[in-house]
Amino acid sequence: MAKKGGSKQKKMNARVDFTPMVDMIMLLVTFFMLCTTLLKPQTMEITMPSDKEDLQDEQRNQAKASEAITILIGEDNTLYYFEGTPENAKLVKTTYGKNGIRAELMKKNAKAQQKVAELDKKYETIEVNEKTKEDYKKALSEIKNGKGTPTVVIKASDKATYKNVIDVLDEMQICTIGKYVIDNFTDADQAMIDNLGK
Amino acid sequence: MGRFKVTKQDTFIDMTPMSDVMVLLLTFFMLTATFVKEEPVKVNTPGSVSEIKIPENNLLTIFVEQNGKVFMSMDSPSNMKKLVDVMVENGAFQMSDAEKAQFAQVPMFGTPISTVPGWLKADDKNGILTSDPKAGIPCDSINDELAVWVQAARKALGEGDAMRIAIKADQKTSYKVIKNVMNSLRRIDENRYNLLTSLKGVDK
Repeated sequence: MAKKGGSKQKKMNARVDFTPMVDMIMLLVTFFMLCTTLLKPQTMEITMPSDKEDLQDEQRNQAKASEAITILIGEDNTLYYFEGTPENAKLVKTTYGKNGIRAELMKKNAKAQQKVAELDKKYETIEVNEKTKEDYKKALSEIKNGKGTPTVVIKASDKATYKNVIDVLDEMQICTIGKYVIDNFTDADQAMIDNLGK
Repeated sequence: MGRFKVTKQDTFIDMTPMSDVMVLLLTFFMLTATFVKEEPVKVNTPGSVSEIKIPENNLLTIFVEQNGKVFMSMDSPSNMKKLVDVMVENGAFQMSDAEKAQFAQVPMFGTPISTVPGWLKADDKNGILTSDPKAGIPCDSINDELAVWVQAARKALGEGDAMRIAIKADQKTSYKVIKNVMNSLRRIDENRYNLLTSLKGVDK
């Protein structure tokens, strides 16, 4: 009898119930999983011309005035653009988003857009590896900087918000425009906007 | 007799392998987790279609708050330590080793250079950053302390991709402040930097 009871006790003690522990660990794993993956910010890479290169940029812009589009970002989310040189340009008021400035830029950059679409189609079927990725990048930048693509000059007034600027920079990416520059907003630009209203 | 034994054993499921795996996963996630840094101000970054991820190491972040105050932070305490070492070396301010160590643990800084040691002694550091109107790194062309900090960071960490600069600004910030920051970086020939955004789909 005593023997029997002892053996029973031993059997009971051999097992520990891990279920609550697993429960808790599951909870912790979920917590850490959500914390790590969801909080990674996106970024936009930008290369600004340095002071020295600035001059060259201006010269280039003037040389290709017919291909240059200047976007003026005004206060209260207003947006204007003109083509060519400021002297004989016609300022047009437009809006943010697909029906406004994007439609204009798409029209201007239609050739490059078509080429990019072709490129995408070509690379869709090819297996993705480091080499094809490099090739794709190279081809893409060639199209972006090729002949006939517009140069965009972005000028933001002091009253514009950061969001406005990012939105316009975004359009450059959506419309695959490779050549764009952020320039200083001058009094002449403000005068142009003021005159439009009259 | 054999039948009875089988039914009795089936009621108990062995959780040991499962908890083994779970602990392994937990350790993995705990070690890889990078927590959001404590930021004195809430910065709502504007949405962008750009999908490039931010590099994780050796990142100098310039925060621009909604009202235009500029703050700075480095990604790790060891880099903060290097930065403050260079600043002291340059003679920007005097600091003891204990103060340097304290500075290395600060999540974010952003006061005029002359007030940095005083700010370090205060208890409510983040409170000062948000509420004191004098807080924020000056970055206009007359008093360009932002350039001093960035140059020190550059010297501490090395050229090129050894240190990336990121600007994290609130979407409501006036472009005037951003322009000041950009001009400041341009003056010291820092022409490549990242603008932090949050992901947004393209409305087609």
